[in-house]
Amino acid sequence: MNLSDTLQIVRLTDVGLKRDHNEDAIASDAEIGLVVLADGMGGYKAGEVASEIAVLTIVAELKEAMLELEPGQIDPVTDMQAESLLIVDAVQRANASIYHVSQDQPQCAGMGTTLVMGMFTNNKLLVGHIGDSRLYCLRDDVLTRLTEDHSLLQEQLNSGLITPEQARTSANKNLVTRALGVDPEVDLELNEFDVEVGDIYLLCSDGLTDMVDDDDIHATLKSLHTNLELAANHLIQIANDNGGADNISVILVRILKPFAAEHSWYDNVLNWLK
Amino acid sequence: MAKLIYSLNGSFLGEFTLNKDKLTIGRRPSNDIQIDNLVISGEHAVIKVIGRDAFLEDSGSTNGTFVNGKQIQQHILQHDDLIQLGKYQLRYLNDDGIPMPAMPRQKAKAEDSPPPEKSAISQAKQKPASSAGEKSGPSQTAAAVQQPAAHIKILSGSGKGKEQLLNKTVTTLGKPGMQVAVITRRAQGFFLTHVEGQSHPLVNGQAIGLQAHALHDHDVIELAGSKMEFCLA
Repeated sequence: MNLSDTLQIVRLTDVGLKRDHNEDAIASDAEIGLVVLADGMGGYKAGEVASEIAVLTIVAELKEAMLELEPGQIDPVTDMQAESLLIVDAVQRANASIYHVSQDQPQCAGMGTTLVMGMFTNNKLLVGHIGDSRLYCLRDDVLTRLTEDHSLLQEQLNSGLITPEQARTSANKNLVTRALGVDPEVDLELNEFDVEVGDIYLLCSDGLTDMVDDDDIHATLKSLHTNLELAANHLIQIANDNGGADNISVILVRILKPFAAEHSWYDNVLNWLK
Repeated sequence: MAKLIYSLNGSFLGEFTLNKDKLTIGRRPSNDIQIDNLVISGEHAVIKVIGRDAFLEDSGSTNGTFVNGKQIQQHILQHDDLIQLGKYQLRYLNDDGIPMPAMPRQKAKAEDSPPPEKSAISQAKQKPASSAGEKSGPSQTAAAVQQPAAHIKILSGSGKGKEQLLNKTVTTLGKPGMQVAVITRRAQGFFLTHVEGQSHPLVNGQAIGLQAHALHDHDVIELAGSKMEFCLA
């Protein structure tokens, strides 16, 4: 099922004002309904290597795997769209590649990356994430964050140790508790959401969210949603106006029409019997 | 590593390094930092180190714990904060908090900063912060940047005579589906940008292109059948 006419995707990345190179990597493939964003970390240029491997591996693996899969099937164990299994596989492959390179190349030792990815299929969105890159949804003028950061700060907030007010003055912003490629095994958080026509999805690195608060992101998407390129540019501009301390990446997706997998009752019965 | 400079009325009394997860302050000898003065409670306050943050908490003291002149119950210490307990002072200094040019990119090992209460963090990785100077959160940053003030006055068309304050990062003008433009507020000033519609808005009779157009005081904007004036406050 080709989703090129169903999704409008705009992606943009910027080095920011303080760094000399961009360790974020972004990619999208409208045909298979895939968007991927990674924010690399590690000394020298290793962060760039990690995020690049992550994005390239995941896109390549999924493009190939999707050829074999008929959309609209449900995995009986997870109760999610069957594509979720392919995502888990692809992320594991990416993890293995990064980990392997980091063990092999001394200059890449300890590198890793965050990840946030979305796959649109059968009127659903599968969201996978690791670390503090985020995914937001704007629906009916309400902005909702669909991912919870895997960060020390988020854990402190969850346990009530600090208030959201205090979180703003915390020095723990950059400590993530999960990352891709730092261990032989990876812990991907995967969730499924219903998609509606007109939804706008935003994937972003912490270079945006550390610099621009949710109210300004909301205001920008609300007033510029008819022009996604402008919205993406404006988000990056606010982040830079506020200091641009880190690389800034955004991917915006608009849902133009429904994309339910076409299944006859016959297919469904067959699925039940399998 | 962060440390505390201990002084009384401006004279230096000592120095403490925050090298433990928890540091207690009080009059009793059992405290890590003992201040032998009756104004200080037996157990007066405690500093807990979590990750790169140091939390100062009052332990229910009689005379209170103050940071930069304000009484606190719990406070995340920031570089150069002045803690006051009676007449005694502790100044919090944090190496990370001093902006340094091109701080080497480093990776924190989990062992450097384990959260004391659990072991759930197996692999806390520090993403390099170029310099701690920009670590301030969005609210702080937004407040720190002096934002100019302005409004627009509707001169003709629907809503004639009305004024709209430009107090948000983006303000939408025009009619959805017909012609829409936005005014964005930046530290450098205000900018008009075309968003949707066949024709682009006019500024002082000239159509603006696709790029953001810088607005000047008393510029006249025309779009979607309305004329409006841009006024700096």
